[in-house]
Amino acid sequence: MEDILFALEEDGRLTTAQLAERLGRPEKEIAEAVAKLEADKVIRRYRAVIDWDKAGAERVFGFIEVRISPQRGRGFDSIAARIMEFPEVHSLYLMSGTYDLMVVVQGKTMREVAYFVAERLAPMDNVLSTATHFVLRRYKVDGDIMVERTENKRLPVTP
Amino acid sequence: MTTSQSRVARRVAGLAPSGIRKFFELVERMPDAISLAIGEPDFTTPWRGRESAIYSLEKGHTHYTPNRGTQELREAVASYLERRFGISYHPDREVLITVGAAEAIDLALRAILDPGDAVLIPQPCFVSYPPCTVLAGGVPVPVPTRVENDFRVQAADLEAARADRPRALLMCYPNNPTGAVMGREDLESVVRWAAEKDLVLIADEIYAELHYDGGHVSAAAIPGARDRTILIGGFSKAWAMTGWRLGFAAGPPDLIEAMAKVHAYTVMCAPTMAQEAALDVLTGCDDEVAAMRREYNQRRRIIVKRLRDMGLDCFEPRGAFYAFPSIAGTGLSSEEFAERLLREEKVAVVPGAAFGACGEGFVRCSYATSIAALEEGMARMARFVGRVGG
Ligand SMILES: Cc1ncc(COP(=O)(O)O)c(C=O)c1O
Repeated sequence: MEDILFALEEDGRLTTAQLAERLGRPEKEIAEAVAKLEADKVIRRYRAVIDWDKAGAERVFGFIEVRISPQRGRGFDSIAARIMEFPEVHSLYLMSGTYDLMVVVQGKTMREVAYFVAERLAPMDNVLSTATHFVLRRYKVDGDIMVERTENKRLPVTP
Repeated sequence: MTTSQSRVARRVAGLAPSGIRKFFELVERMPDAISLAIGEPDFTTPWRGRESAIYSLEKGHTHYTPNRGTQELREAVASYLERRFGISYHPDREVLITVGAAEAIDLALRAILDPGDAVLIPQPCFVSYPPCTVLAGGVPVPVPTRVENDFRVQAADLEAARADRPRALLMCYPNNPTGAVMGREDLESVVRWAAEKDLVLIADEIYAELHYDGGHVSAAAIPGARDRTILIGGFSKAWAMTGWRLGFAAGPPDLIEAMAKVHAYTVMCAPTMAQEAALDVLTGCDDEVAAMRREYNQRRRIIVKRLRDMGLDCFEPRGAFYAFPSIAGTGLSSEEFAERLLREEKVAVVPGAAFGACGEGFVRCSYATSIAALEEGMARMARFVGRVGG
């Protein structure tokens, strides 16, 4: 199982035939294992890692620190449930430390993100404060380094 | 006036030029060739190691270290060998940090050989073993290994070599160029034979971490071996540190002491920043090493399958990062095969004969290269083999 996950995490487009070849297992076995991983939602979906800057698209990310007063008996989950449903919310984490939720908000412009925070996030019941930080440059995202690097040369023949 | 020829020592003039050298020049003139002829990782050294070398320079650690290497690194190497292979060495008396495994090989031979002593060398083997033996005053005695035995050296092969005044056995598993590995029983019989002949065993285990079949057994871990074995390892392969020039030797105190003496008079010590980097990779990069091993293993399966699909017999390599297919069916010599493959399809492989006479009929294909390049290289090679007839 784990070998399949490692391989797909690296390249989600590998076919079951390619996986079978690389992992040295029968294709049928791989196909069944992948189907099970998908059914169990261990593999949630396959998607591309896109450099939106390069694509020329306008994308702005805001990291919003949110402090909230948890609701009696329901902790942070119910307010988190309300926040995560907004399509503008790219990621949402419960944090330890000086604030409670980290909300990553995605928009076309800074103004759009700022409005979302001001109009949707800040006024929510139980939200005590927000602090908005805008991303200026994405150097590394989900394990991918986004800046160009020079290729390292090796001698063409070595013992 | 003397010619430059006569100024060169006979011993050096007499060394055959490496079979790899000539090939290098051909490939160099062909920048768009796909090279499957590279004996070093395509990965870069794990960042942890690079970062600690930068830090070491920032702190101004630009001086010599003790001859045998820093105390910390010797201790780390000793505990690594214990942790991974179950062999214990005393970091002060039994470990030496060297300028690559390459230097450790040279030191081992110089430390133990008297003029005319024979060194048994199972082949196909790393290209520097015979010349280093000659330079140390010894006589290399090739011991052919056979594909029928999965290129594992057998006691019978050693016996059949009938060496005069044998002094040492120099072997490498996982093997460059075949990818062969030795199991515990194979090693036991070789160690028994070496003990009967009272030989020093020089075990070049630089590819120990790149074993795809359950795990490496060190020759030094075989009962009765430790006190006659010089175990050689290095950072070049598993930690992708070829350019740092760092390796190590571990063995009984008298042999390590002799090696350290030569080392102290010749290079003083291994590079300081490299030693600091190595300390960090040795203790903190198991996950990176595992990820590289996983990747090599996938490439290994692909290349072996492609080679077999194009009609070549290919023994299953279980270690290092080389496949060693037989090209005998093409009727070409390994050199002709490699040269024509390069000219006609722009793919570089190394002729098997470069690794000893018994490597004739084979070529070495390195899979220390991206899967995309491997696939393209294999497609071109299949076209070539189809043309010349497998
Ligand atoms: C079998 C073998 N031994 C030793 C070496 C040399 O390694 P190092 O870079 O540590 O000197 C190599 C490198 O190709 C090798 O393949």
